[in-house]
Amino acid sequence: MRRTPPKSARDYAPIVYPGIMLVVFFVIPFATMIAVSFFKRNQGAFYTPDFVLDNYARFLTAFFGGVLAFSLFLAIMVAVVCLVVGFPFTFFLVRLKRRAQILWLLSLLSVLSLSEVIIGFAWSTLLSRTAGITNLFVALGLMDRPEALLPGFGAVLTGMVYQALPYTILVLYPSLARLDWSLLEAARTMGASPVKAFFNVVVPVSRNTIVATLIMVFVFALGSYLLPQILGRPRQWTLSVLITDQAIYQSNMPFAAAMAVFLVLIALALVGLTTLIGRREAEA
Amino acid sequence: MNDFSDRKIDRRTVLGTALAAGAALAMPAVARGADRSLKVGAYGGFFKKSFDENVFPVFTKETGIKVESVGEPTGEAWLVQLEQAAKAGQAPADVSMMAQVPMLKGMESKLWTPLDMKKIPNSKNVLDRFINKDPNGDVAGIGAVAWYITLVSNTKVFPTAPTSWAAFWEPDKKDKLGLLALVSNSFLLEVTAKTFLGGTNVLDTEDGILKAFKKLAEVKPNVRLWYRDEAQFEQALKSGEIPMGQYYHDVTGIAISKGFPVRSTFPKEGGIEDSGSWAVSHASKKVDEAHEFINFMCQPKIQDLVCRKNGTAPTVKRELLDLSDKEFAAVSSSIEPIIPRYAMYQKRSDWLDQKWTELIVG
Repeated sequence: MRRTPPKSARDYAPIVYPGIMLVVFFVIPFATMIAVSFFKRNQGAFYTPDFVLDNYARFLTAFFGGVLAFSLFLAIMVAVVCLVVGFPFTFFLVRLKRRAQILWLLSLLSVLSLSEVIIGFAWSTLLSRTAGITNLFVALGLMDRPEALLPGFGAVLTGMVYQALPYTILVLYPSLARLDWSLLEAARTMGASPVKAFFNVVVPVSRNTIVATLIMVFVFALGSYLLPQILGRPRQWTLSVLITDQAIYQSNMPFAAAMAVFLVLIALALVGLTTLIGRREAEA
Repeated sequence: MNDFSDRKIDRRTVLGTALAAGAALAMPAVARGADRSLKVGAYGGFFKKSFDENVFPVFTKETGIKVESVGEPTGEAWLVQLEQAAKAGQAPADVSMMAQVPMLKGMESKLWTPLDMKKIPNSKNVLDRFINKDPNGDVAGIGAVAWYITLVSNTKVFPTAPTSWAAFWEPDKKDKLGLLALVSNSFLLEVTAKTFLGGTNVLDTEDGILKAFKKLAEVKPNVRLWYRDEAQFEQALKSGEIPMGQYYHDVTGIAISKGFPVRSTFPKEGGIEDSGSWAVSHASKKVDEAHEFINFMCQPKIQDLVCRKNGTAPTVKRELLDLSDKEFAAVSSSIEPIIPRYAMYQKRSDWLDQKWTELIVG
């Protein structure tokens, strides 16, 4: 690998292709969205290019603030639950025999082939009163009669965690697979219980991975708009649901764009803040 | 149906397009053979399938014009796509079936080509309320099909049929209803006004609309599901999970014919009548073919065919049709329908949307 900094135009050649892709598929669409967010909405028709702040003004109300806060809260909850479930799981997974690991990883990858629609409908059946798991509980004598476990916050969270968990594990896997097990052995030799060794050794050395995973799942969950609709009540609809409503059903592109820009900015700010805190802690 | 746009159907459309493209590549001679062609947009899913099988082949046989059908998503989404494409001089479909609110919005933004009624002599068959005229008197659209949103219920959970929309407000319906999620496709303000406030005229003023919102807020605790996706409610209705709500009369008819324990009731206040119109994008270069197509669709015998195969209601006068009383009753009702206040949705679009969202989300 070369270590000298690039000097001539030729040295930059390898990044030209990714650079073009980034411009075509990210910079241009995002710039278009920012532009549209300032366009004038023609109620009862479409929009005209302009520079107005109305779209942002409409968003800055307690109502949309509440929706935004809930969306962020939901995404954080999904990230935390995914990590709490996924981290110990991956920790044990990497210690399995190679064959068993491959089997587990393949099953996890197969979950990724399911679309959000299928996941949503499958969970809505599983949690329903007429055909859901509570019927099983009744048969086992655990419950008196079947109950619907949806719509509600629990159902939305379950569905979204189910969807994001494979990603969580796939992000954690490489790092945990490379974990230096002698650290753990050293801790045990010095008298730490397995649980103590896990929390005092494994978790701190994996801090960067943990932060990266939290951020990835958070961003992933923030964009979810189908599962909150299928599994939740209107109270659980995220900002992404309302953006879709504006773009698709109200043909109000400028307002949808303004909300989307706002959501991206808030997400970027939160991600920036997290990395900043992570870095400061690492330095301390 | 207003909302035939769930992802499965989109995917089916994509798949169909891919197959069609493959077929066109494999048979270049055939593709070149048809000189005159027309792209027609119809709601994806059942609608498109029914038109592809039953209606478009008859048109091609009679006129020699080949039809390439395009599965379109629900009204407003298709309007957005047509508008964006027209700005670039493109027409994803020459003729599209449009619901009434997007029809009006397209008129306002001058998306539609004015129709030359001389080239559509069969338009005299069409009921006046299904001719879309803009303020200058130009015709922008002509009724394609009409459909009803009715009060549907699960027969196992509710052995006796409800008779009034007021059933939604009854305390024993707590957490049992499935209603459409948007102000502009549920038409629940009209239902509320007709049922409790003496008629939809009350919606002429902002005060009246607020009164309807207030009454409608009482129904909120009874609603289990506010749906955008039809499949979501249909499934729950059939199983009895969500045993009552508003739904499309024609699709419910199909469910009944397949033996599901559901019923569709025209309440005494009337079912909600909604309709789709044929409209031509100004970016289309196939204006003559489009006129021929619309003229073809306005024939009573074709309307008969669509009603029988599609389960939708006709847009031409009843006396011109060959439908038996029983066939007519299956797709329509003699009870005066609730006609949505389309102009209200155009004029107060954002205000209504904001109030509505606050009502159901807040």
